[in-house]
Amino acid sequence: MSRYRVAVHIVPRKGILDPQGKAVSDALHSLGFAGVSDTRIGRHIVLHIAAADAKEADAQVRDMCARLLANPVTEDYEIAAVESA
Amino acid sequence: MKFGIVTFPGSNCDYDSYHAVADTLGLPAVYLWHKSTDLQGVDVVVLPGGFSYGDYLRAGAIARFSPIMREVAAHARAGGPVLGICNGFQIACEAGLLPGALLRNAKLQFVSDTVRIRVENADTMFTSRCEVGDVLRIPVAHGDGRYTADEETLDRLEGEGRVVFRYVNASGVPDAESNPNGAMRDIAGIISAEGNVLGLMPHPERAMEDLVGSADGRRIFESLLARVSA
Repeated sequence: MSRYRVAVHIVPRKGILDPQGKAVSDALHSLGFAGVSDTRIGRHIVLHIAAADAKEADAQVRDMCARLLANPVTEDYEIAAVESA
Repeated sequence: MKFGIVTFPGSNCDYDSYHAVADTLGLPAVYLWHKSTDLQGVDVVVLPGGFSYGDYLRAGAIARFSPIMREVAAHARAGGPVLGICNGFQIACEAGLLPGALLRNAKLQFVSDTVRIRVENADTMFTSRCEVGDVLRIPVAHGDGRYTADEETLDRLEGEGRVVFRYVNASGVPDAESNPNGAMRDIAGIISAEGNVLGLMPHPERAMEDLVGSADGRRIFESLLARVSA
């Protein structure tokens, strides 16, 4: 078993109203970043996990996302990094 | 008919619910501790409002793993009535007892107000003492009440008469102003396919006596009483 540090991004699914993201888009527009669209604000979770290899660590965290870390009704997730810890 | 009111760490409407049942209706009620696995023979389970587990991760996300929730789910599967109010509605969605999810209010503000909700289906165990189109005045107090589901789920809920309450204006018509949280299709409350789990954001347990501004919440409890004891 090795230790891995896994980082996960969780954001509101496309098509779901994200009022925080919209407010930030509007603020960025007023700063002159006219090209900004579709800002989504979510969570970034970092956890440490024991697993046989990086692939297994990735699979375990995907399972965690499906069952707890993300809401399958409204959120998408992506594994941002799996690193040896 | 005996009510069981679940107390999670962070629940804050469990006493209101107890008061509604025990003091205003004079019915037996017990608190069910979140770590317990004994429903104590209750007929109706109330998942009360509050901020269970501090709303960590998402409202209701952690409460669903409390030991008592396994028993509540079994009670629901067996057809037992479950009333999820506010945080209880969020927990019921997270636990898969009801479809959809409750997201941050569209205007990003906590809303504490008295709203009007229209009865969309009076043929449920929670609304049998109402008529379709009746408008109830009930308080809301939440930050995450925007009911959200995919279009297919929403269509199915509507088609099956499972949208039980909708936010409306003083004329009994839905409009953007009267929807306190931006809920899709102005949905304030829905029921499970089997008709025994109701989730709603407004607090009927806080509208049981004219003294507090509205006694319209009694209609929901009296409906339950009529159906369950029949």
